Amino acid sequence: MKKALIPLALFLVIAGFLFAGLDLKPREVPSPLVGKVAPDFELPVLHQPDRLFKPADMKGKPWMLNVWASWCVVCRDEHPVLVALAKRDLIPILGLNYKDQPEDAKRWLKQFGDPYLFSVMDAEGRIGIDYGVYGVPETYLIDGAGVIRFKHIGVLTPEIVAGKILPLLKAMP
Amino acid sequence: MRRLALVLVLALGLPGLAQQAPQEARLRLLEEKLRCLVCQNQSLADSPAGLADDLRRTLREQVKSGRSDQEILDFMVARYGDFVLYKPPFKATTALLWVGPFVLLALALVTLAAMARRRRNATAEPDLGAEERRLVAQALGTQEDRK
Repeated sequence: MKKALIPLALFLVIAGFLFAGLDLKPREVPSPLVGKVAPDFELPVLHQPDRLFKPADMKGKPWMLNVWASWCVVCRDEHPVLVALAKRDLIPILGLNYKDQPEDAKRWLKQFGDPYLFSVMDAEGRIGIDYGVYGVPETYLIDGAGVIRFKHIGVLTPEIVAGKILPLLKAMP
Repeated sequence: MRRLALVLVLALGLPGLAQQAPQEARLRLLEEKLRCLVCQNQSLADSPAGLADDLRRTLREQVKSGRSDQEILDFMVARYGDFVLYKPPFKATTALLWVGPFVLLALALVTLAAMARRRRNATAEPDLGAEERRLVAQALGTQEDRK
């Protein structure tokens, strides 16, 4: 009787591991940057290329950095979420236009709407590497002290905005 | 003339090559230690993804600027986490990863030993009393047990 239970116990252990595995997302690598100061950079603004932006310019208030590109197909899925969030005027959203052509990027924003305070151009993807970007779109929530408080990889959904970003924002001074 | 050309090639070309070769080898080694995050089962050396190109470019620049292997790997880990390393460091969070297979192996060996012992015991001659021996002998039609 006891012996007969061994395969059943083994089965349950394996099934437990597999079941837990269903919810794991191996593509979403936890970022070591959360809790650290957002890496510094200086990049030209998309619509005013002779103006340079640095994260220090945003010091004192929380802001969002959204990595996007006109070649990124799923960015179109997330775009309405950003547009809706921008309309509520809760937090400035900045775009990091990643490895894109300025003309394509501008046309894209005209077509789908521009939720960004402004976008900056990371033409070669170097700042993307500093921010650990590996799957556009990615979104960072940065607090008034310039510390990254949250990172989301992939398409931003209304659930993530309402369940993660807005509560974190509310808790910020 | 040909000999002169050969001498020139050897004199000018080889030191350049010799300088380049270890650098290329170092790059290749580094690329194989690092995972491409876009296609996660490929190393940077093998991945055709755009990000892998960018990271290879970054590696090349850092090797050229004289950074050590450890500095370069630390640079990558600071941005992409331990996951970027194919050989993750031994820490509390990765202990199960490193020790797990050996625990399983030990368990398997213990189980195997237990089973082997049980089987050996099972095939040994059963411990019979005198009465039982007589019954067995009767059933088999022999006069008396040989012992």
